[in-house]
Amino acid sequence: MELLRWDVIVSYLPLYRDAMFLTLRIGWAGIFAAVGLGFVCALVRHFRVPILQNIVGIYIELFRNTPLLVQLFFLYFGLPKIGLEIPAEPCGVLGLALLGGAYMAETFRSGLEAIEPIQMESALSLGMTRQQAVLHVILPQAVSISVPAFVANVIFLLKETSVFSAISLMDLMFTAKDLIGLYYKTLECLTLLVVFYLIILLPVSALGSFLERRLRYAGFGD
Amino acid sequence: MQALGIDVLFKGINMQRLLGGLWISLRISLIAVAFSIVLGLIVGVLMAGDNPVIKAVTRVYLEIVRVMPQMVLLFIVFFGTTRVFGWNIEAEIASIIVFTFWGTAEMADLVRGALISIPKHQYESAAALGMEEGQIYRHIIIPQTLRRLIPLSINLVTRMIKTTSLAMMIGVVEVLKVGQQIIEANRKSSPNAAFGVYACVFVLYFAACWPISMFSKYLERKWS
Repeated sequence: MELLRWDVIVSYLPLYRDAMFLTLRIGWAGIFAAVGLGFVCALVRHFRVPILQNIVGIYIELFRNTPLLVQLFFLYFGLPKIGLEIPAEPCGVLGLALLGGAYMAETFRSGLEAIEPIQMESALSLGMTRQQAVLHVILPQAVSISVPAFVANVIFLLKETSVFSAISLMDLMFTAKDLIGLYYKTLECLTLLVVFYLIILLPVSALGSFLERRLRYAGFGD
Repeated sequence: MQALGIDVLFKGINMQRLLGGLWISLRISLIAVAFSIVLGLIVGVLMAGDNPVIKAVTRVYLEIVRVMPQMVLLFIVFFGTTRVFGWNIEAEIASIIVFTFWGTAEMADLVRGALISIPKHQYESAAALGMEEGQIYRHIIIPQTLRRLIPLSINLVTRMIKTTSLAMMIGVVEVLKVGQQIIEANRKSSPNAAFGVYACVFVLYFAACWPISMFSKYLERKWS
């Protein structure tokens, strides 16, 4: 008996393709929302907006210290009991956005904080306006410092989408589990699962390494 | 309280069962972390060296761990290897194997990062002061490396604890699964148990991870 049956793999392909699109759709929607949320939270924390910064701080600690699976269970199974029913797909996006927002906020904030005041002062003393200084001196450095952590977060969040099967979203994991349970073609299903996750994540990982090389922060004094 | 399903938590031994579930999660993660730290130190030192074959192999290993969701690895070990080799492993052992595989890569990367982040002039200055190779490592390099490494590896513990929640997907009866069972058992008497129980699991995870990540942050600030 051969190890993998190719006809089985070919017949499963369309199912996996659909599941991959679902994973990508929820994953990227969640990540975009997370970037927005994280950016706002980072600004609130960086500029120490009163009261809001405390709320944001609690939110960040809460969501950084609990697993996505538990957050999703609470959002999907817990909240309907107090009358807040969220359908599975928005719930997945919301869960990912809340988790990712907390991680992104920390990334952006440490990027902003890594820029020393002397950079701003030097820019001003060279005759730049504040706006020019932020645009040409502070932001480029903050962004390039944040890039490696940012890419790591994106990869982390895309990987975390694998828990969506627990709230009955038909993503790659769900499809694999379902097909294994139905037809017991374990190896074919797992191979396809690995291949499709590689298709999703390898490009992101490669792009990340490329960006990291291009934007490497020019160290000073080392 | 009845409406929110919080009463269920205090019925019978439910709270004890949840805590027991949490202990299973913690046990898996602590065992996996212990293995990961030992193996990660070895792999990390190898990676910082300059053997091209080892470098190539470890790079592939790190990349696999970097892009593969832990859940996929769990499925491969729990369903895949049992199918191929015909053996039978417990879900808990399978999760320890997977989390060790994942943790070793993370740890190795941290070790390598800490080692190459020590500037060359540290070695040279120590040598210029007349220290021998062994002394340089014992008094200069290793203390600095550890200071960078310890907060990050403590952080790995919290990530490990959070990741153990995935083990329920292959049938380990950890805190989330226990919560599910409690909800099922009380479906009739308190239909809203899902809210209270999942909120409790959320808090339990937070209570387990938050102090550890605070400690790691404290060390990081103290030693940097």
